[in-house]
Amino acid sequence: MHPITTAHYLGLSAALLLIGTVGVLTRRNIVIILMSIELILNAVNLNLIAFSKALQSVNGQIFAIFVITDAVAEAAVGLGILIALFRNKETVLADEIDLLKW
Amino acid sequence: MDVILFLVFAIIAVLCAINVVVQTHPIASALSLIGVMGSLAVLYLLLGAEFIAAAQVIVYAGAVMVLFVFVIMLLNAGEEVHRGRSFVVQVLGAPLLIALLGLLVYFAQRLFPGAPMVRFGAFRGGTAVAVGRALFTQYLLPFEVTSVLILIAILGAIVLARKELD
Repeated sequence: MHPITTAHYLGLSAALLLIGTVGVLTRRNIVIILMSIELILNAVNLNLIAFSKALQSVNGQIFAIFVITDAVAEAAVGLGILIALFRNKETVLADEIDLLKW
Repeated sequence: MDVILFLVFAIIAVLCAINVVVQTHPIASALSLIGVMGSLAVLYLLLGAEFIAAAQVIVYAGAVMVLFVFVIMLLNAGEEVHRGRSFVVQVLGAPLLIALLGLLVYFAQRLFPGAPMVRFGAFRGGTAVAVGRALFTQYLLPFEVTSVLILIAILGAIVLARKELD
C-alpha cells in the first residue's frame, strides 16, 4: 500500500480548514460558527504536529499546546459574549444582529 | 497498519467535520465535533504526540465541548431554518471548494515530494517528559504569558456573562 507521508496529513488539515471556513461563512447560528472556528484551530494543530514529526523536533507540539490554550480562551470569551448578546437581543442568529448597520 | 489507521480516522474526521457544518441542530453539531476531536487525537498518537493527544481528549473533547453544550442548553437554541441561497452558490459552491482543496493538496505534495514516511513509533519526542522539558526551559516565558492570557479570559468571560446589578 502507498505509505503515509507528511503531505497526507497536510491534505487532511487543508480539508478540515476548508470545511471550517465554509461553516463560518454559511451558518447563521453563532454557536455553530464558534464550533467551526474550533475546527479551523484543530486543522492548525494537526499541521503543527505533522511538521513536528517531519522535522523530528518537539517545538511544533509546544506551539500546538499554545494553540489549544488560545482556543479554550477564545471559546470561553466567545460564549460569554454570546450569552450577553442573547440577553440583549433574544437571538443567536448572526444575521439578525445588525447593531452596527445603518 | 499505519495506513489503515490513518485512512479510517482521517475519513471519520472529515465526515464528522462535514456533519458539524451540515446539521441544523446545534447539539448534533456538538456531538459531531466530539467525533472530530477524538479521531484527531488518534492521529496525534500516530504522529507520536502522546501528550497532545491526551490534552486534546481532556481539554477539547472534555472541557470545551461541555462549555458548548452548556451554552446550547442555556440559550435553548432550536433548529436553524435555512434561507434560500443564490443559484450560483448552490451550483458552483461544492465543485469550487473541491477544486481549491485539490490545489492545496497538489502544492503540499509539490513542496514536500521526499517528505519522510510517517510510521508509528518512529518519533519518540512527544512524551510528557520531552514536552515538559521544552515547555519549562526554552519556552518558559511564553508559558507564563499564557497563564496571564487565561486569567484575562476568565475575567472577561465573567464580566461579559454576569447579570447587571442595578
